[in-house]
Amino acid sequence: MKTLKSLAIVGLTLAISASMMTTGCNGSGSTSKADSTADNAMIGAGSTFDNPLFSKMFSEYNKLNGMKVNYQSIGSGGGIQQLTSKTVDFGASDAPLNGKQDSALSSPAIHIPVTAGAVVVTYNLPDVKDTLMMTPEVLSKIYLGEIKKWNDPQIQAINKGVKLPATDIVVSHRSDGSGTTNIFTTYLTKVSKDWEAKVGRGSSVNWPVGLGGKGNEGVAGSVKQTPGGIGYVELAYAIQNNMAFAKMQNKAGKFITPSIASVTAAANIDIPADAKVSLTNTDAAEGYPISGLSWILIYKEQKYNDRTADKVTKLVRLIQWMVHDGQQYSAALNYAPLSEKAVSVADAQLKTITYDGKPVLQ
Amino acid sequence: MASNHVKYRIGKSTFFKGLTILLACACVVPLIFILIYILQAGITKINWHFLTNLPKPVGETGGGIANALLGSMIIILVASVIAIPFGILCGIYLSENKKSKLAYWSRLCVDILQGVPSIVIGIVAYFWLVKPMGGFSALSGSVALAIMMLPIIIRSTEETLKLLPDSLREAGFALGLPFHRVVLKVIVPCGISGILSGVMLSVARIAGETAPLLFTAFGNPYLSFNLLKPMQSLPLLIFNYATSPYNDWHDLAWGASCILLIWVLALNIFTKLMTRKWKVQL
Amino acid sequence: MESSVDTKLATRPNDNLGRVASLKPQGTVSTTKRIKRSFRQIRAEKVFRRTLIIVALAMVVLVLGIMVTLVIESTLSIKSSGIGYLWGKTWDPVRDIFGAYPFILGTLLTSFLALFISIPFSFAVAVFLGEYFPTGWFSNLLKNTVELIAAVPSVIYGFWALAVLVPIVRSFESKIGVEPVGLGIFSSALILAVMIIPYAASLGRSMIHMVPSNLKEAAYSLGATRWEVIRAVIFPYTKSGLFAGILLSLGRALGETMAVTMVIGNTSLIPKSIFAPGNTMASVIANEFTEADHPVYLSALIELGLVLFLVTVVINMIGKRMVSRFTNE
Repeated sequence: MKTLKSLAIVGLTLAISASMMTTGCNGSGSTSKADSTADNAMIGAGSTFDNPLFSKMFSEYNKLNGMKVNYQSIGSGGGIQQLTSKTVDFGASDAPLNGKQDSALSSPAIHIPVTAGAVVVTYNLPDVKDTLMMTPEVLSKIYLGEIKKWNDPQIQAINKGVKLPATDIVVSHRSDGSGTTNIFTTYLTKVSKDWEAKVGRGSSVNWPVGLGGKGNEGVAGSVKQTPGGIGYVELAYAIQNNMAFAKMQNKAGKFITPSIASVTAAANIDIPADAKVSLTNTDAAEGYPISGLSWILIYKEQKYNDRTADKVTKLVRLIQWMVHDGQQYSAALNYAPLSEKAVSVADAQLKTITYDGKPVLQ
Repeated sequence: MASNHVKYRIGKSTFFKGLTILLACACVVPLIFILIYILQAGITKINWHFLTNLPKPVGETGGGIANALLGSMIIILVASVIAIPFGILCGIYLSENKKSKLAYWSRLCVDILQGVPSIVIGIVAYFWLVKPMGGFSALSGSVALAIMMLPIIIRSTEETLKLLPDSLREAGFALGLPFHRVVLKVIVPCGISGILSGVMLSVARIAGETAPLLFTAFGNPYLSFNLLKPMQSLPLLIFNYATSPYNDWHDLAWGASCILLIWVLALNIFTKLMTRKWKVQL
Repeated sequence: MESSVDTKLATRPNDNLGRVASLKPQGTVSTTKRIKRSFRQIRAEKVFRRTLIIVALAMVVLVLGIMVTLVIESTLSIKSSGIGYLWGKTWDPVRDIFGAYPFILGTLLTSFLALFISIPFSFAVAVFLGEYFPTGWFSNLLKNTVELIAAVPSVIYGFWALAVLVPIVRSFESKIGVEPVGLGIFSSALILAVMIIPYAASLGRSMIHMVPSNLKEAAYSLGATRWEVIRAVIFPYTKSGLFAGILLSLGRALGETMAVTMVIGNTSLIPKSIFAPGNTMASVIANEFTEADHPVYLSALIELGLVLFLVTVVINMIGKRMVSRFTNE
């Protein structure tokens, strides 16, 4: 029958093109070595902040030894949830696990610091050429919806000499559960009693005003496309997208530009053994006040589901590489490399990982 | 005076005719606009390199969508393998048994299934497959899509077979053919065009579905053939990259949209051409 | 009993109607073989019939399974939020206060606004194709194009809306003095309206086509103009069918996820105006499902899915029942 014949032709064409494509892929483009073991693939999920750095790190690691790491940036909250459901090998979060999340885990998880970054306040005012200055009070009022226009006297007072337009302030925030939000709201909670009472801190809060964007990507996109927009994103995203961001006044009263140097200054503190520490509103004189660490979360006892010892060793080595050699890729992407203190804490944490009771790293 | 009134009525009639034509043609304008825009934005990005390479990390130029293309094909293929036999058999049952109680409830459930939002099906597939399996997988994505294909296949099979004259069936029985031979060798081959068009429509429908894959197939930056592991697909890629702030990734999303659009429209147009031939034959 | 000639059914292809059975004498076959073959056939027939029944049953089980899964996974949230969930105005995952009212409102606003915008167009297409130009190449072209609108994937509509529609709405908003955000209820309603035109249009077209011509001829013979026939004869006759088409469009709009998620602005607050950002039930689930980091949060999202499921199913059912009642009359 004619219809069957034409269908057969279509089906054959599809099959041929599919096989051509796969052979084309194997012949060109991919630089990864062939891996036949399923153990040589890891799945991770979490922080969108880490996404640019991780995509570079994992791509380089793949060139080194062929391991494929599938990292999906669904937000720190997502990383924690998938780790709790054991559907991923590791999670990544910009916020340490809180009490509720800890108790939801079936066995304890450890935090391994992997990078640090700044949460910058980015804005979209094409006619304003100077960098805006921002104080904690003004920032919290903007996010509480109390300051509505860019030429409000309170903003003008800290930006003398800058011509501010009469545009409405369009606030953007994260629509998903995010460690970046956690860093940002922890900071606002520390500097504003009003904020603490009305909103509080967390990965996902009840924002009084603003548009929601999915991931750092969504907020950056939202601000970029909305004149008069203001949002909070990680430094890397703002620089990647050539967006303007403000200088924040820190605890010491100085207006600090977010940069690798100022984050490193803020992070130059003692890190506790469990690595759960907050860098916001730092006491350091040159430190950027809205900084935060980002952690990889994995279970301490790695024998669950049917993970093999081989896979666990590979996972631990991956994280070890990220904490040591992987750090070389941070600066180019505007992430702050871990301080020596942080690296030693990370190493100590890695040594506590066990498989069937025995430590994985000797 | 009477003729003035008549002229007014005729005028009103012509006015409404013109208004109707205007509005009807205006409907088509957004579609054509969207088509042109996407083709324009995407066609420049498509080249052999684009089709055969994997996406690069942020900041590196030249990525491709090979993983999404392959992933989409695999997921759709598996979903079809699951849904087609089920769907056709159910359609046969419903067309052969118009009055039984089971047919009534079954038909009702098919109708219900057709109206279920795709995101709810994604949630259900997450609980049925992802959680017990302990991980995201292409298979769970395929199952979610298969559930979405079923109502379309069942409906079109049932409608097609119902249209066939009873004399065919009775001729088969009169010759002593058992029931399954009558159905499989007489009825189904007769209605194969209609059934296949239903199948192709269902494939076109799920080719562009994103919501069920969000929590099942999860996405994968690498090429993967493993059904038990996460896999990337075209609509997922478009969704993730379109909402990102990187221009490189936006370009990938436009190219992918172009391909997806052409694919889906081609399937639909091909199906229409095929059914037209069938109608003429009958 | 022995028989000299046994017949074996053979089939030969026939171009028009598929396969036709024909008789062909074969030769002698023993009775026992014939009886064994008959038993095999009867058994095969039984197996086939049983398979069909199982498959039909499986569909019922599938739908029941979906409902049961949704209910079971929402019990945690139902227990903690109670019935107040439906009109609770706050969605606060930090303090575990979950109220679905902003999303229900957002869903209703976008869907009804979209419906409102699309109805004139759907009706115009239905009347155009059913009454003015029921046949002809132009009518075919329009009919197929309108059906193609329904074929375009939702994520492509969303991407296009994000890139093209939102800036247009943004400049429109700054012209009328509203906060120029672009994203929001209005933009989502616009793209939804485009997407749901085909559903009411195609159903309406078949309804209008079915109006018996003697009714129309009677009106014409009394001197009615074209428009008067449409208004006084066709519309009242197809009223319930057209209404069913509207319901089907509405059902589709309620469940639409991807295009709306990309354009609605994703705020958990009650939208203050149609130009404000908001959220629909489907877009909240799409955004927050993978990140619900504690069980009550996840359960609250699933409860939202359950509400969405029930609402869309009910509306679709009513629409379908009306159509079947209309076509059976």
